[in-house]
Amino acid sequence: MEFIVISLVKAAIVAAVLMTTLAYLQWVERKVIAHIQLRMGPSRVGPHGLLQPLADVIKLITKEDLIPPHVNKFFYLLAPFLAVTMALLSISVIPFGSEVELFGYKTWMQMTDLNVGVLFVLAVSSMGVYGIALAGWASNNKYALLGGLRSSAQMISYELPMSLAIAAPLLLANTLSLREIVQSQGDHLFAWSIFKLPAPQLISFVIFLIAGFAETNRVPFDLPEAENELVAGFHTEYSSMKFAAFFMAEYANMVTVSCMTSILFLGGWQPLFPVSLGSNFVAPALFALGGSLCLYHGLHPARRKDRYTLPVFAAIFFGIALALLAPPVARVVMPLFWFAAKAGFLLFCFIWVRGTLPRFRYDQLMGFAWKFLFPVAVLNLLVTSLLVAVF
Amino acid sequence: MADIETASPALESVDAAEPESTGPRRMVLNMGPQHPSTHGVLRLLLELDGETIVKAEPEIGYLHTGIEKEFEVKNYQQAVTLTDRIDYLAPLSNNLCYCLAVEKLLGLEIPPKAQWIRVLLTELTRLNSHLIWLGTHAIDIGAMSVFLYCFREREEILRIFEMFSGQRMMTSYFRIGGLALAPPRGWRQRVKGFIDVFPSRVDEYEDLLTKNRIWIGRTRGVGKMTLEDMLDLGITGPMLRAAGLKQDARKDQPYSSYDKFDFEIPTRVESDVYARYQVRIEEMRQSARIVTQALEGMPEGPHTADAPKVVLPEREKMKTQMEALIYHFKIVTEGFRVPEGEVYQAIESPRGELGYYVVSDGTSKPYRVHIHGPSFGNLQAVPHMVEGTLIADVIASLGSMDFVLGDTDR
Repeated sequence: MEFIVISLVKAAIVAAVLMTTLAYLQWVERKVIAHIQLRMGPSRVGPHGLLQPLADVIKLITKEDLIPPHVNKFFYLLAPFLAVTMALLSISVIPFGSEVELFGYKTWMQMTDLNVGVLFVLAVSSMGVYGIALAGWASNNKYALLGGLRSSAQMISYELPMSLAIAAPLLLANTLSLREIVQSQGDHLFAWSIFKLPAPQLISFVIFLIAGFAETNRVPFDLPEAENELVAGFHTEYSSMKFAAFFMAEYANMVTVSCMTSILFLGGWQPLFPVSLGSNFVAPALFALGGSLCLYHGLHPARRKDRYTLPVFAAIFFGIALALLAPPVARVVMPLFWFAAKAGFLLFCFIWVRGTLPRFRYDQLMGFAWKFLFPVAVLNLLVTSLLVAVF
Repeated sequence: MADIETASPALESVDAAEPESTGPRRMVLNMGPQHPSTHGVLRLLLELDGETIVKAEPEIGYLHTGIEKEFEVKNYQQAVTLTDRIDYLAPLSNNLCYCLAVEKLLGLEIPPKAQWIRVLLTELTRLNSHLIWLGTHAIDIGAMSVFLYCFREREEILRIFEMFSGQRMMTSYFRIGGLALAPPRGWRQRVKGFIDVFPSRVDEYEDLLTKNRIWIGRTRGVGKMTLEDMLDLGITGPMLRAAGLKQDARKDQPYSSYDKFDFEIPTRVESDVYARYQVRIEEMRQSARIVTQALEGMPEGPHTADAPKVVLPEREKMKTQMEALIYHFKIVTEGFRVPEGEVYQAIESPRGELGYYVVSDGTSKPYRVHIHGPSFGNLQAVPHMVEGTLIADVIASLGSMDFVLGDTDR
């Protein structure tokens, strides 16, 4: 009974946090891209456009739910459902932090720890391709079909180097449970598997990240929805919440890839340097810095409203910084902070790349996967196994 | 590629609606007229085998305005406003070409100051047009940010245009006999401020693209076409120069004092999308050079020709002099008569050779105006460039043509 209650509570918390993250990730993306491109980004709905995600959701829900007459109805409706379910499912095995004790209950900050967690994530994410391929096929639209074809080819091809890239750190950790993978890495930079001796996994980290970009259909691998070629690709015929489902799936996949990268290579919730050297003060310092920045800009406002909004943000940031200094809070929140910081940085990279790079061509994309990433991943795996066997 | 073949049953089921053709079944993709990358309303009929283009057929006419016919019901000076609307990304080049043609018929001598201002503004127009080309070309290939960087500079050019003519896009600033208005106060600082920073901005675009491996992969060796084919189809401008022919009306048949400026004509020999990109980038730098020279060596003097029957008199003279008032009345009500004859005037527009063929029957309205738009010729290259390539290459090739549909359908 206790187990069920705790699991339900955890599921509710994870779902709520994840949905908010997805919504605000989109806000962050729009803001970051806007600033890269000398624009303002969302700024009308709420202070600094902070309520924009809410407005978007309301808009998408209230839009007419259009089903074109020429589609294959069953698969047409199944596709977005499949895409978003598979994208959200893998979050359930991601460990966000270490063991905590709340109200007398000891529990892990993870919904469930499968002993084959890595395989589960891989399996579920490869199911996600069905959503896109079916959407392309069932729409009965040529652009959508081409988008669906491209994505099935692309996602299947990139799964190979991705799995090989995962295999190398698994050799080091010697387990498939995501929680144990994190535990096998230490609490400083050179104990993370990306730099850990005897076999630093820098190469597989890069391969995994590149394949992750391709798996999530993000620039420079966004061929399935290359709007300048295929109008909107596989989701050309989708509107309202069905479109939102694909959108959500893309962002959920981004979150999954970022989480997996930080777990496999960047030590999950482990800090950048040991607590004994004061790593617990990094988060308060960062929040205090953010608060000071807000305060400075609030005193020299660029726009009239900033005079009121920015000091409020500053107060919130200082409050968080102070709260994080309290040892009981720090014990619970620090692992979460480090995990969120790593995943957040990777998510920022996703957005950053989108603001910078052009798009691959279809054949170049496939050539890149099979002629470059695949051999390098195999080679890396061989070298790693050799090093692991010898030392 | 193997995955494409496994998915081919789905391909065929969609294809079933298409008319039966001999040989293997292919998909016909209708790209445009409302496709994000056809830059307006071009329609392409693509016959696809997988993602490879077997046959490409461009279809134009969706933006036909009957603008050539409209010239015949306006008097000569009024018709200047029509020229803006033909190639809406290079309005001043069209103004210039039309004015030069009519001035040739009239035998007018344009004062040097007006000529230099014309050079300065048409080169800014070239920058404006090339910036839009670069931005849209880059966004087509997926580099989003370049687009907005280009539009930052374009905005400043449009502000300069607005300063001169009161209009951002439909300028109509060049008139038969000179300029519409005297150059505004403070224009030198404005243009200088822009042209001093512009080369560094071009460096910025090049940082993002020129050595980018993905960009090179998408453009080098794509959309190739031989020089002979290009000459056969009447292709002009940067596309021809990227194929190795140093042809530029500014040097070959100088107009409006272009012979007094020092600039290079960039050429490449590869004749692919990347070569066209390099040629146009270099042209931007050369245009900036011309603008700087025009700014530094600007002669003094009147901005309109000494031709009272053609050019409207000054406001002050109209109030004091009887003849001025009469001329004003005549020009405004009837227009000016142009001696019988026909003339062809070509200039180098941002897209290639732009020509106006004007026939006069001695009245105050043109008997016929025919426009040789560079976009029309350039667009004919579509089948040559894209057949046998992939869909993604169509986008890159279309971008490298830099056509404007207003210029194609007249």
